[in-house]
This record gives sequence, structure tokens and C-alpha cells, in this order.
Amino acid sequence: MPTVRVQTEDFDTGRELDALTRGRTNVGALASFTGLVRDAMTLEHYPAMTQKALEDICAQAHSRWDLIDTLVIHRVGALQPGDRIVLVGVTSAHRGDAFAACEFIMDYLKTRAPFWKREDTPEGSRWVEAREGDDAAAQRWK
Amino acid sequence: MVTLLYFASLRESLGMSREQLALPSGNATVSSLIDELRSRDSRWTEAFAPGKTWRVAVNQQMATLATPVKPGDEVAFFPPVTGG
Repeated sequence: MPTVRVQTEDFDTGRELDALTRGRTNVGALASFTGLVRDAMTLEHYPAMTQKALEDICAQAHSRWDLIDTLVIHRVGALQPGDRIVLVGVTSAHRGDAFAACEFIMDYLKTRAPFWKREDTPEGSRWVEAREGDDAAAQRWK
Repeated sequence: MVTLLYFASLRESLGMSREQLALPSGNATVSSLIDELRSRDSRWTEAFAPGKTWRVAVNQQMATLATPVKPGDEVAFFPPVTGG
């Protein structure tokens, strides 16, 4: 089952990932990705669409691989260097499915989920440009 | 009427985050909406100029130029996303 949360607050990576496996005996693999902030920034999003877009990406992962659970937590608002910004957790019986699905979810999130970063620099703030490499990374799952 | 939303750098260059627009008669698509927006003034022509990269969602689903638009729809325009 996909779980998706979009929030301003920080999250506890260990506790979130433990919750994916606690009490389960069918989970053989847990793969996760944590994204961290390098430059101070503010994240804008499209609230009515964000949750839906992330749930849709997780649903696609469930249809492509044999997964037990997927989790995506993404923060919005003001973030500082070192802050956690995103957590993806995927459980499955075997590692191949969990590894692949975790990478897929991040690649699709990068190109399909409506978030925009505005970096704060000493010269003022500027919108972060999308990277072509992110499109290429998403394309390889076609 | 449709609701148009603008996000991030596009919202800033247009100086607008949301508006209501009466649909032109006939079968409207994202493409026909764009034609109408481009005809407003130089700011709009520039923001939606051919070669400018932007994305569009209709009713919170990623869409294309050919996607139909009907009364009551929510159409959002934004730059390529940069989350994660």
C-alpha cells in the first residue's frame, strides 16, 4: 500500500522505516532513499496535485514490481542546509524489487511531482532550473 | 469558466497566481487556451513563446497541448518541476 505525506515538519527516518517493517514477516527487503538539502531554499508546491501525483507514482511502482509497501514523505516550505527534504521507503520480499522501485519513485518524483525549489543565495533568491539529467533518468523506465 | 493557476517562476513573471477565464466557444484544448493567453500582451507572449519550456496539468493530472478543456476544469501552468 502506498503512504504519501507532504509536510513542513521534519521526519524521523529511523522511525518511519521501522514502521514499514514492524510486525511483518513477509518483508525480506527494505530499500530507502533520503534526500538532504545543500543550499538554503524554499519549496513551493501545488497542494491540490502533489499528493495525487505522488500516490500515482507509487501506484505505478506497485504495478511494475512485486512490492509490499511504499512510503514517500516530502517536505515543503523553508529548508536549511543539512535538512532532510524527502524520504522514500520500499518493502518487498526480495531486494531486486525494492531497489528498482525506490530508484523509479525518485526518478519519477523528480520529473512529475509539482514541487519547485527557490534557493536563497547571498545575491538574493533564484528558482532552481530543472536538470536534463533528471528527464533522462526518468526516461530509462519507459 | 475555467480556473487557471500559475506557479513558481511563471507566477512571478506573469504577476498572477490564479484567475477565472471564460472558455472560447467550440472545442477548447490546452493549445487554444495558450493561444488566447499569448494574445494578451508582451509579458504573456514572452512567457508562452515557442521554445519556452513549461508544463501543464488539467484537473491535477499532467497534460499536453492536445488535452481538452471543459467548463469547470482547473488548468495549471508551471515550469519544469524541481522537487526531491
